[in-house]
Amino acid sequence: MSRHSLCLLPSLAYFLFAPPSQPQSQAASSSTTYAITGGKVFTLAGDAIDNGTLLIRDGKILAVGANISAPAGAQVIDAKGLQVYPGLFDAVTQIGLREIASVSGTVDTTETGLFNPDVVAAEAVLPSSEHIPVTRAAGITEVLTVPASGGFDSGSSQSVLGGQASAIHLAGWSISDMLIKKNVAMALSWPRIETEVFDMTTFSRRSKPYKEAKEEYDKQVSELTDWIDRARHYALAMGHGGPADYQRDLKLEALVPVTRGELPVLVIADRAREIRAAVDFCDKQKLKMILAGGLEAYKVKDLLRSKSIPVILRPVLTLPLQEDDPYDRVLSQPAELKSAGLKIAFATFDNSFARRLGQQAANAVAHGLPYDAALKAVTVEPAQILGLADQVGTLETGKIANVIVTTGDPLELTTDVRYLFIKGRLTSTDNKHKALYEKYANRPKPQ
Amino acid sequence: MNRSRAQIVFILASLTAVVAVQTPGANPPAAPDEPAPVILIQNATILTVSHGTIEHGSLLLKDGKIAEVGSSIKAPKDAQVIDAAGQFVMPGIIDCHSHIAIDGNVNEGSIAVSSIANIADVINSDDIEIYRDLAGGVTIANVLHGSANPIGGQTTVIKLRWGQPASKLPFQGAMPGIKFALGENPKHSNFGARGTAARYPATRMGVEETIRGAFVEARDYKSEWDAYNKRVAGGEKNLIPPRRDLRLDPLVEVLEGKRYVHSHCYREDEILMLLRVAKEFGFKVRTFQHVLEGYKVADELAAGGVGASTFSDWWAFKVEAYDAIPYNAALMVQRGVLVSVNSDDAEEATHLNQEAAKSIKYGGLSHDQALKLITINPAIQLGIDKRVGSIDTGKDADLVMYNRDPLSAYAVVQKTLIDGRVYFDRQRDIAQRPELEKEKKALLEKEKKAVPEKKSDSSKKTEEKIPEEKKPQEEKKPQEAPKPPSLVSSSFGGAQ
Repeated sequence: MSRHSLCLLPSLAYFLFAPPSQPQSQAASSSTTYAITGGKVFTLAGDAIDNGTLLIRDGKILAVGANISAPAGAQVIDAKGLQVYPGLFDAVTQIGLREIASVSGTVDTTETGLFNPDVVAAEAVLPSSEHIPVTRAAGITEVLTVPASGGFDSGSSQSVLGGQASAIHLAGWSISDMLIKKNVAMALSWPRIETEVFDMTTFSRRSKPYKEAKEEYDKQVSELTDWIDRARHYALAMGHGGPADYQRDLKLEALVPVTRGELPVLVIADRAREIRAAVDFCDKQKLKMILAGGLEAYKVKDLLRSKSIPVILRPVLTLPLQEDDPYDRVLSQPAELKSAGLKIAFATFDNSFARRLGQQAANAVAHGLPYDAALKAVTVEPAQILGLADQVGTLETGKIANVIVTTGDPLELTTDVRYLFIKGRLTSTDNKHKALYEKYANRPKPQ
Repeated sequence: MNRSRAQIVFILASLTAVVAVQTPGANPPAAPDEPAPVILIQNATILTVSHGTIEHGSLLLKDGKIAEVGSSIKAPKDAQVIDAAGQFVMPGIIDCHSHIAIDGNVNEGSIAVSSIANIADVINSDDIEIYRDLAGGVTIANVLHGSANPIGGQTTVIKLRWGQPASKLPFQGAMPGIKFALGENPKHSNFGARGTAARYPATRMGVEETIRGAFVEARDYKSEWDAYNKRVAGGEKNLIPPRRDLRLDPLVEVLEGKRYVHSHCYREDEILMLLRVAKEFGFKVRTFQHVLEGYKVADELAAGGVGASTFSDWWAFKVEAYDAIPYNAALMVQRGVLVSVNSDDAEEATHLNQEAAKSIKYGGLSHDQALKLITINPAIQLGIDKRVGSIDTGKDADLVMYNRDPLSAYAVVQKTLIDGRVYFDRQRDIAQRPELEKEKKALLEKEKKAVPEKKSDSSKKTEEKIPEEKKPQEEKKPQEAPKPPSLVSSSFGGAQ
């Protein structure tokens, strides 16, 4: 019935027809050896390999190349006519933290209060979230999930230090199964001077005097500075004595690796003014900064390059900030940033639209970004930016085997993902949507 | 939401916004009352939608209409020839659910039956989103009231004739509509706060009764008028007519088949509910909008002859969208429903071609079926298919040209034409940018001089150090004070 129920190797049928509620195939353990043969392999770490072979064992990539033969006992995946890529990486989402946006009981993205550096996304990720199989069906095998608000929506800022973002595989029975890295970055929604806010209670726009908005901004930046200063002082205290010498403080403790430049700060900011302020702040405080959002990053590209700050871009399918910006201002920005020498990654900043990741990248290509750069910006570059390149992002020996086998260009709208591996396990692309489709496609005619 | 995010934060930005609006309209096409140029488009891949694809085809446009379609047409004298080698031409995209070009809020949410409000009265031809959607290949938009009420405001169909005054935007002859809404929005599930008065209805049951109640009134009102008109026609004199009710007039038009019902909905139960109510009162639902669970009741929709206008792949933003699936459009098409894919959002409208393409992946529609979702199908749903929606001789010359197959994420709009006039031209847009940038800078400089500053040590500081007392006056400028002379010339309406 479904176009996705393709001719399968009989030996694989069991896994792929597993009930959609199961996060992954049960029978296939990570110890199974797979040989994906005959496809064009895009390793993202060198030239594409025609008629290449990729071997997977114990959850890792065992070998990749043109002249590799499958070891005895390996499960062979015939990828003739297909293309093999590393799974896509969505560098900013809230998957697992938010199921249905309008239902607060299913939303765990934003803690009360502006400063919560100690909360960690991985502690609240729901492994059975319906978003996980839906998203991976689009070829996305891993995401960063970020506890933050403010920078995500047009609503008023609700967090400054939102908490720590975690990198997860999009399959697993439990968080420990899914985790790539628990503490990847500290989410910092840079405060904004907002004279107009969208008020959800009245469903209309409301204006705020500039003076008031500016005072609020200054206060938040000053509090943020205070937090970092206190954390630095706390680190000194930690270094100088045993626990008896200082009062343990979980929030300050969480900030210590930030002050040491060990845990990067994921600064969510879009306007040039805010980006400049954030760069200045991180520079003075010697923090390692990753910019997320960056709708006006082009205005400060030289500054970002001089400080080697990478940018995780908000969807290019976003209208320009200003009425008089060129209509394609956001679409053409990735090309501009890339040619300025910046490291960029694409991200959807969402869950429901996470499957548009490839579409976002393709639209940037349509507006001047070289195709190779676009493909890297959804695979290897997010991995590098987030410090995970030793684990995911390319098809190289020793990396975690997150692999997709597709019918074509993974960024194009009509491409299907035929096989998907997460941690070396052949993982189902079935999901809630496909199940509902199949159910209602088979609905008998009403009497 | 996008717009609120785009709202301007500090004062100088509000000035740039005034500069801004003229940006892309700097070279507007001939006014509608001037004759359209004769244009010959050659060497194009023509996606006619009605009769297949013509490779290396030609299109002759005359008097705003498609005069000829074929494989080789000789250029008439004085024809402007566009060589479209390597390009794809398709009918202009029709967005069956839009909220662009509305002056102010889209919802009159204070009353449950707001049929008295009419979008046609508040069309804002200066809305930059018209131009942005035009740049995404959209030529026609069904501009709807919001979904805050079971019976919302009246709706109108416009052509995106950017640079023309509001009076020139309506699609002449298109059937007017009215917005209905079912589910979470009209029962105000997701907005309102403690302390604000709740208004009836607050349940799907109440939504149904609100609509029934309104139609009971409308039917009584109609029979009063029918009786009156009959007596007048019978020659009776000096009769007092029934009192006019502006709220019920549009509902009487619905009963008489003179106004389309476009009903926002999500869940399967509410879809069938409205079909029952429509049957009870003898009116037709023209389209269900969003209709994200339409796939569950596709046979009922098909049997009722009701159109469905849906999103490509939106889901999980609220409970009633939790069973939304990207296969919705394809499954409904396969069950015989007339389906379109819409935007509901100015940004989404800029890539409806891509959204339609997703139905190839999700549900296996053909290339032609996918194209129909944004062309002839919405045209039929809006009752304008005799005029637009396909490339056929005699139809309006509403066209969009892409640099490659529009059902690809790599396709970029090169030109958009309405009534045979080029309203968007990518090359022209790009070529104009340096000049506009220069003009903007000059205007900002001028304005800076006009605003007294405490100090001006750097341009960055200037933005933030505008004296507070100057603020309120400046902020009100767009609404209350006439624009300064330097900005008037750059407002649009074809000044250049």
